[in-house]
Amino acid sequence: MTSTTSSAARTDVDTSVIRPDVDTLRFATAGSVDDGKSTLVGRLLHDSKSVLTDQLEAVEHASRNRGQDTPDLALLTDGLRAEREQGITIDVAHRYFATAKRRFILADTPGHVQYTRNMVTGASTAELTIILVDARNGVVEQTRRHAAIAALLRVPHIVLAVNKMDLVGYEAKEFDRIVEDFAGHAAELDLPGFTPIPVSALVGDNVVDRSAHMDWYEGPALLEHLESVPVGGDPRGEPARFPVQYVIRHGESRHYAGQLASGSLRVGDRVTVHPSGGTSAIEGIDVLGEEVREAYAPQSLTLRLTDHLDVSRGDMITSGPDAPALTRDVRAAVCHLADRPLHVGDRVLVRHTTRTVQAVVRNLTAGEAGLHANDLGRIVLRTAEPLALDDYADCRRTGAFILIDPADGATLTAGMVDLGEAAATI
Amino acid sequence: MSHLDTLESEAVHIFREVAGEFERPVVLFSGGKDSIVMLHLALKAFAPAAVPFSLLHVDTGHNFPEVLEYRDRTVKKHGLRLHVASVQDYIDRGTLKERPDGTRNPLQTLPLTEKIQAERFDAVFGGGRRDEEKARAKERVFSLRDEFSQWDPRRQRPELWNLYNGRHAAGEHVRVFPLSNWTELDVWQYIAREGIELPEIYFAHERDVFQRAGMWLTAGEWGGPKDGETIEKRQIRYRTVGDMSCTGAVDSDAVTLHQVITEIAASRLTERGATRADDKMSEAAMEDRKREGYF
Repeated sequence: MTSTTSSAARTDVDTSVIRPDVDTLRFATAGSVDDGKSTLVGRLLHDSKSVLTDQLEAVEHASRNRGQDTPDLALLTDGLRAEREQGITIDVAHRYFATAKRRFILADTPGHVQYTRNMVTGASTAELTIILVDARNGVVEQTRRHAAIAALLRVPHIVLAVNKMDLVGYEAKEFDRIVEDFAGHAAELDLPGFTPIPVSALVGDNVVDRSAHMDWYEGPALLEHLESVPVGGDPRGEPARFPVQYVIRHGESRHYAGQLASGSLRVGDRVTVHPSGGTSAIEGIDVLGEEVREAYAPQSLTLRLTDHLDVSRGDMITSGPDAPALTRDVRAAVCHLADRPLHVGDRVLVRHTTRTVQAVVRNLTAGEAGLHANDLGRIVLRTAEPLALDDYADCRRTGAFILIDPADGATLTAGMVDLGEAAATI
Repeated sequence: MSHLDTLESEAVHIFREVAGEFERPVVLFSGGKDSIVMLHLALKAFAPAAVPFSLLHVDTGHNFPEVLEYRDRTVKKHGLRLHVASVQDYIDRGTLKERPDGTRNPLQTLPLTEKIQAERFDAVFGGGRRDEEKARAKERVFSLRDEFSQWDPRRQRPELWNLYNGRHAAGEHVRVFPLSNWTELDVWQYIAREGIELPEIYFAHERDVFQRAGMWLTAGEWGGPKDGETIEKRQIRYRTVGDMSCTGAVDSDAVTLHQVITEIAASRLTERGATRADDKMSEAAMEDRKREGYF
């Protein structure tokens, strides 16, 4: 392979791709086994020219070894030995690509029921989820599960990608029927809305390029939509939440280091430290070596306060009128992730922002049977120390937690705090 | 926030999480661009105080002299402590055997894992990026390793939001990858933005090289060229820095950061595909080495 000795110039270089100031969309994929999800991701990467020569050569080589005539684009993303052997995606993989308009971080998650927890993992940081269905099968149980997870994790944007349109004759009525069916489920789940797109990942219809086979579809191709959905909100409208990660002592001064979870902070702002309730004002803000007057989520920064308070890792500094709820009774929607079930009475560790506390499971929707791997449900916890909680609906960072097994450190459950009335009636 | 600011903020958050949760963290530092960026981020994360970690270099015995010089100068400049795990020591003692192909990259695993155990490091920062390789794409930011430092891709902890779970038993450790979400281009653009100094071999220069298995390797005492291989003087640079026996150079005229960035943006080859022989050994070479404890 002599080509490896030169970095042959690409003729269609778009120099805007190397602009460092473009924003980023983090998105995730979800689909049932054999819906063609890996093929869709492979097509997205391939047609957006994000697959480089050596990667494609490796796929062509592997495809030939398997007796296939055309390169199997799924092999671009199925990175583990076991995945390639079985032809299924087992674990979430992250992919990176860019266009002139935006950079993308893709969490490519498995569709199989037993790997639902990996979809939860991908959706937790995603601003958009693509739910893939096979046009021949329409909405199936896994589709409803994926929609439920997207709703539960409050992923801001949903795309319903109806794949394999080539196998249903590119018929509008097949597409419309599936969209209508999905809309019914979306309404039940309180999904904010979704964008349906008819595609054929295998052929390449409406993935990067508009399809020539579906005149009746007037919407964008998938990539056009990914390039244009709005990302990031306005942190100025949110309450300020600063979980303290680490205290940096330097001479006489103490710098509280952390990443602003939501909102903004200004020098001079009055602040409260939770759970102690101590109050002070911001004397100075440093954003990684630069002194600033104001900082925004999700910047990593250090704060100095005007008063000498006892502040340490696990505390939360907030400002503004909307204080978090300080409570030892945590009610939440959960997705159970571990193979061992979760039962009422179990002792667990709750990891919330930078704080880890002991807790006991007081109540579960699953009752005596317990929550099993990939189950969605509701939970009530009693914690040993109070936590400063927000509704997950208001803040993904300060409304989220994980449960950890104190015996072996395994991550057991993903939780989304619900402070509402409905939560009280588990 | 711009793309680079977001990545920087996320990486700093990861450094501080480890400082807050672990007893004995260490940063793998090779003098390569990814570890240089890691150190830069760590310096920013704990400013105005010093970085609360020591550094660890796995020295294959076949490192580029310019890179070792850079390594020692940097360690001294920041007043840091450097641990070295030496592959050559293991070969001299007879614990490791030189491979017939001469590459020492796979030999790094044992010195690395034994050093981790001997020093009781509980968190080990690596500069691995998920864009490098398809097995790396499956890697978590916090990756629990057992007492043998093994990675089991089917038993990884789910990783949600930015809640990293670093719980581990005595003897186990966690590999931490703050640059997980960075690409090669991000790393270069960040180096340019921050004005970070790099070893000279990353920029185009004339060097004696010879061709082996389609790659330009640096001629030297480590074992090249052999019969039938001839030395040529070429204008080259390196995209990655590793063991001289398996790290290939690319033909290049790029002598400035801007030229390097333009060249990478235009390249149709991945970083590892262009320059790493060890990844070409099999379809799952990286996965297999990671399972054994490689970084």
